Amino acid sequence: MAYSEKVVDHYNNPRNVGSFKKDEKGVGTGMVGAPECGDVMKLQIKVEGERIVDAKFKTFGCGSAIASSSLATEWLKGKTIDEAQTIKNTDIVQELNLPPVKIHCSVLAEDAIKAALADYKKKAETETK
Amino acid sequence: MKLPIFLDNHSTTPMDPRVLEAMLPYFVEKFGNAASRNHAFGWEAEEAVENARKQIAKLIHADSKEIVFTSGATESDNLALKGVIEMYHEKGNHIITSTTEHRAVLDTAKSLETKGKATVTYLSVDKYGMVNPEDVRKAITDKTVLISIMLANNEIGTINPVKEIGKIAKEKGILFHCDATQGVGKIPVNVQEMGIDLMSFSAHKIYGPKGIGVLYVRKKAPRVRIAAQMDGGGHERGMRSGTLAVPLIVGFGRACEICEQEMDAEGRKLAAMRDRLQAGIMKALEETYLNGHPTQRLPHNLNISFAYVEGESLLMGLKEIALSSGSACTSATLEPSYVLRALGVGSDLAHSSIRFGLGRFNTDEQVDYTIKRMIEIVTRLREMSPLYEMAKEGVDLKSVQWAAH
Repeated sequence: MAYSEKVVDHYNNPRNVGSFKKDEKGVGTGMVGAPECGDVMKLQIKVEGERIVDAKFKTFGCGSAIASSSLATEWLKGKTIDEAQTIKNTDIVQELNLPPVKIHCSVLAEDAIKAALADYKKKAETETK
Repeated sequence: MKLPIFLDNHSTTPMDPRVLEAMLPYFVEKFGNAASRNHAFGWEAEEAVENARKQIAKLIHADSKEIVFTSGATESDNLALKGVIEMYHEKGNHIITSTTEHRAVLDTAKSLETKGKATVTYLSVDKYGMVNPEDVRKAITDKTVLISIMLANNEIGTINPVKEIGKIAKEKGILFHCDATQGVGKIPVNVQEMGIDLMSFSAHKIYGPKGIGVLYVRKKAPRVRIAAQMDGGGHERGMRSGTLAVPLIVGFGRACEICEQEMDAEGRKLAAMRDRLQAGIMKALEETYLNGHPTQRLPHNLNISFAYVEGESLLMGLKEIALSSGSACTSATLEPSYVLRALGVGSDLAHSSIRFGLGRFNTDEQVDYTIKRMIEIVTRLREMSPLYEMAKEGVDLKSVQWAAH
């Protein structure tokens, strides 16, 4: 199967690979997928005020899964929490030209974003209490 | 060194130039129909076909009259299973096969089952992918008419104890079909010693042309009969109608002749290259696992799982090396290799598997390059794998509650 140029670019030059400390203030972590399914994404955001100032990922999965999560981190940086909530898997499909068999990779990336945001909110609530 | 490198010789092989040379006259100059009995063009074609039949039969220790030409091993498998079930339906309708067979056997068996024409027992294999002959014996019922077990597996290269299975089949008077597509021309095959009654294989796996296969059909002790699945001019002793593909058959014959002459030396050379590849990769990288049998395997096969990295992403990073993965990230079901799953390999490691298939035209230089690139890419992908990170932190991945999707 031929990959789109954008997928190849993200695969060869993944943006924002790495990790933040999970317990660090302002960090939200989302981990989705399962090794048995061949995809696991870990996506992290670092929030200051209402804005996501940094994002990192690590992904076990095919090239499209790596590209989807790499793109997600790029998009998250600089967005507010509310703006980040609006990122849809279909946006990722469009941007990366994912074929139908790879749509689940974009779904997983959206799930990872949602999970990271939820984790951040949960932490923020307990911190303010 | 020229790139890309072809290390996927289980899927197909490049044609040997000597094979092409043998075929060329049979396209334009010697174009006759081997079934034309009344003129020189036909005689010439027939002679070429009969010569090829002898070359092919010699490689597997059969008689040339026992060679039935088909379009490939898939058709041979179909013809064997469907042909036997149809011919012997009054005797019984039970087939014994195994879970790691090629899809051409499994899907044919399934199709016969669905249509109510056969009942099928799928034997499980051990952790090396081997069928236990005693399991075959135990599965036999008074309705069993066919045992179909492959010689060597196309993914993991494990070689089955075919001789023992053949012995049991003889003892019980049941026909034994063997899909030997991956084994013929690579390891010694003797249909007499192995007690094989029907055997499928094809030319393109042994440096011959695509589009031509053989079903060996035993003529004596017992005389095997199969119902034709293709009706027409009654070619191939009525078992497979259709004008013979003379140039392809000539190529198949020559390919078998070369294998017969060079197989021993070539097998040793490929095994040495394979061992070098295996050692080079597995010594340099932690948590790599060999899939298949450590010794009872094809000399040119190597199948390794690289923990914490997904197979397809590995292949994507190795664009200049042609390999195959047990990951099924592209398939609609997202199910990894059923062969590896049958061995008890976890889905995670099945997704992480790579199959290396060496061949006649590979070199040590290519092997060394592949080792170097595998180490690079696995290291790079592990650095970006959350699973590797967790394992390094001491997290037991099996204890994690994953959200399966």
